[in-house]
Amino acid sequence: MATPSTTVPGAGSVAGSRSFLSRLRQGDEIARLITFLFAASVVLVTLLLVFELWRGSVLPRHKFGLAFFRTSVWDPIFDQFGALPFIFGTMVTSGIALIIAVPLGIGAAIFLAELAPQRLSDTLEFFIDLLAAVPSVIYGLLGVFIVIPLMREYIQPALKGALGFLAFFQGPAYGVGFLTAGIVLAIMVIPYIISVSREVLLSVPRDQREAALSLGSTRWESTWKVVVPFARTGIMGSIFLALARALGETMAVTMVIGNTPAISASLFSPGYSIAAVIANEFTEATGDLYLQSLIELGLVLFLLTFILNGLARLLILVTSKRGSGTALA
Amino acid sequence: MKRMASMVLLALGLTGVLLADSTLSINGAGATFPYPMYSKWFDEYHKKNPNLQINYQSIGSGGGIKQVTEGTVDFGASDGPMNDEQLKAFQGKHGGSGILHFPTVLGAVVPTYNIRKVTSSLKFTPEALAGIYLGKITNWNDPAITGPNKGISLPAADIVVVHRADGSGTTYCWTDYLSKISEEWKSKIGKGTSVNWPVNQLGGKGNEGVMGVVKQTPNSIGYVELIYAIQNNTPFGDVRNSSGEFVKASLAGVSAAAAGAANNMPDDFRVSITDAPGKTAYPISTFTWLLIPEKISDAAKRDAIKGFLHWMMTDGQNYAEGLAYAKLPPPVVAKETKAIAKIQ
Amino acid sequence: MNTHLRWRKFVSGFMLTMTGVCALVAVSVLFFILGYLVFHGGTSIGWNFFTKLPAPVGETGGGMANAILGSAKLLLLASLFGVPIGFFGAIYLAEFSGSTMAFIVRYAADLLNGVPSIVIGIFAYSLVVLPFKHFSTLAGGFALGLMMIPITLRGTEEFLRSVPNALREGAMALGASKWKTIATVIVPSAYRGILTAVLLAFARVAGETAPLLFTAFGNRFWSHGWNEPTASLPVMIFTYAISPYDDWHRQAWAAGLVLLGLILAINIVARAILSRGIAVPRS
Repeated sequence: MATPSTTVPGAGSVAGSRSFLSRLRQGDEIARLITFLFAASVVLVTLLLVFELWRGSVLPRHKFGLAFFRTSVWDPIFDQFGALPFIFGTMVTSGIALIIAVPLGIGAAIFLAELAPQRLSDTLEFFIDLLAAVPSVIYGLLGVFIVIPLMREYIQPALKGALGFLAFFQGPAYGVGFLTAGIVLAIMVIPYIISVSREVLLSVPRDQREAALSLGSTRWESTWKVVVPFARTGIMGSIFLALARALGETMAVTMVIGNTPAISASLFSPGYSIAAVIANEFTEATGDLYLQSLIELGLVLFLLTFILNGLARLLILVTSKRGSGTALA
Repeated sequence: MKRMASMVLLALGLTGVLLADSTLSINGAGATFPYPMYSKWFDEYHKKNPNLQINYQSIGSGGGIKQVTEGTVDFGASDGPMNDEQLKAFQGKHGGSGILHFPTVLGAVVPTYNIRKVTSSLKFTPEALAGIYLGKITNWNDPAITGPNKGISLPAADIVVVHRADGSGTTYCWTDYLSKISEEWKSKIGKGTSVNWPVNQLGGKGNEGVMGVVKQTPNSIGYVELIYAIQNNTPFGDVRNSSGEFVKASLAGVSAAAAGAANNMPDDFRVSITDAPGKTAYPISTFTWLLIPEKISDAAKRDAIKGFLHWMMTDGQNYAEGLAYAKLPPPVVAKETKAIAKIQ
Repeated sequence: MNTHLRWRKFVSGFMLTMTGVCALVAVSVLFFILGYLVFHGGTSIGWNFFTKLPAPVGETGGGMANAILGSAKLLLLASLFGVPIGFFGAIYLAEFSGSTMAFIVRYAADLLNGVPSIVIGIFAYSLVVLPFKHFSTLAGGFALGLMMIPITLRGTEEFLRSVPNALREGAMALGASKWKTIATVIVPSAYRGILTAVLLAFARVAGETAPLLFTAFGNRFWSHGWNEPTASLPVMIFTYAISPYDDWHRQAWAAGLVLLGLILAINIVARAILSRGIAVPRS
């Protein structure tokens, strides 16, 4: 039963028979194998997803090539599909969302990280995290019944009156449209900006602040001119994360954007986003070219969020390494 | 941990057993146009046959055609009949066997609008409707609209045009009509369940979505099935028919539109009755069809569907008028009853 | 010089107050949402809502009983699929793997986490619905489960790693094999964090709508077994909210309140579990 020994296994001085050791290792081997299979399945399923997106969009990729991204005609009857209106809509709504959410988010993060006492900061952060957990469809619900009427009755006419000379604020006030979707998206992404920026700001070493204060700067000056720039890359990372979230948002957007593939300078115009058009037209896309064009849109969205998420994590990592070395997500 | 795992498995098994009882479930999807009718029918039929559930999801005619072709639902529903290409595609995916159209009821597509202080029915000429939807008539006080409506004060407001964002048989009927009465529409846009709409229009999902948008957006106009306008108490317009009469959508008007087709129904039941001749005919009327595959391999499902079709053409028709759909003309019913036998 | 200093001090006070305002605005949104849902949804929640099936279109008196059960079934499936993969995969990452494999798996998980939920829906449709020719609870559960994997994986891994090495070495020194160490020492000591990760993943997918649109589809009746389309709360909210019927709007509010209440409750419980545990590094 016992085979002649060749080498004694390394760490752990186990005074037992060889078979005990090999049993030990066997149990571990099985555990390692099983857990490896689970871990590998994550990789496999992700690869499969990318593969399916690629394979499922072969027709429009061959037929339209890069023109897919330049054309704005979306015509199922004549089999002409161009992604431009959806890319435009996605960009515009996300852009508006960031314009609103970034100042608000960074401001709130500064308050939470620099000013608020620990207990208050933690409590508020708790609530912000809860806000991040609210599902998209609930934002959509509120968007339909609160934001749209508000926009249509008050905000859009007011903007039109005050700033109507700008091309952005012209056109009839439908209530739905790019601006409305951008506002709803802004509310949805603020929590991400706040929580990540707050973490990043908290990780800035104390001596930075103290150095600035000891040189005679005001609280605000030390924050704005020293601490925030130090955490700049991480804050950028939070913005990218927020952007990635905004790009992929489906339900809230499709409930308030107007669902029309339009390209317009006016923010009051109804529009469409990539995610919204997929949600609306996927189950009914008769014809392979139609369906695969929608899948190609899904591929585009996937690539965009993939790049942004990657950049975001890189930036956040860089900042945290520069800081006290606390590892972030 | 182990105990929890086995408890979970037990619970799963139990729920699986408890819920997978003897109920037969049939799934269908498609048109939103007849959704109020179908949901009533399937509800009533379920009450009569508690072991049968017919689950119908209103995702639009385009969706109905697509999903029944893919085989993910047992039957489809559409108010735009499948064209030859789609029929071929179905055959291709089902080993050569085809799909049958069964008319269920008749309905009307009405132009419904939301203009402050205008609660009466506006009269629309075909040119006005085409112009509005082409984006050429942009204001409510345009002469093309105000002309036939002397006595009603229309505001000088921009028209908010609403269309279907999803693939829709209602769109098919609407664009079919517009193609018949407007050369410009026919060449520029054409007819179909999903068309390339002129810009600056709002999209709603389903008849419900369009109705919702119109209801909430002042100075808007949209096209919906009659019952949606009625159920939501929104005004809808009279449309001038090919004989020059302004007709308000009604059961009589729709039946009149179908009268000509009723006696000349093609064998596959695919027919268009828009802009039909006749003084009282409502010009934007349409049949709506259930799309049933010719070959249904599951015997229980096949019998259930056939049973439903028989009921639909007899007792079921009695529910139609209560929901503002017109009954099928008797010659059509007779022809359909014979066609049920084609389902194998 | 004095006035300049006063100006700087004024700016400082002003800007810092503004940051406070920003924080206040952000937090008050949450309470506004909750308040509005309670106000509108609270009045519509009734016995009907929880026990009745949907009524025919245009008629009142229906409920969302099937959607509530449907969501429960979907989430159960999602957890059964996503949690083991995330959990055991994390064990591999924390205890067994070399750094290259660990990097690859983490990268894949992050990628999966970032995939927009509508794209997950497309994937689940091509993989589960088309081949089986059926919209089903299975397909929906699969889609949601996919979304649970990354959160469970990363969270579990982090908390496993945070278990002090002393515990590991102690167990080894006593002669326990690796897997036994993991099962009896490491996992139990990290269980709070792991549970939190699982709960957060659960709460995340509980509200997802987009992936269900073309997987679980919808059902006006009870869904039997696992291979039929099923109604779910988020999809019902969507369908009813964009409809023109007031009764459906009221039901949408009620469903929104129930859904949000559930999600917030899970989030609060998850964080409470964590904070009451031993000090572990925040994510």
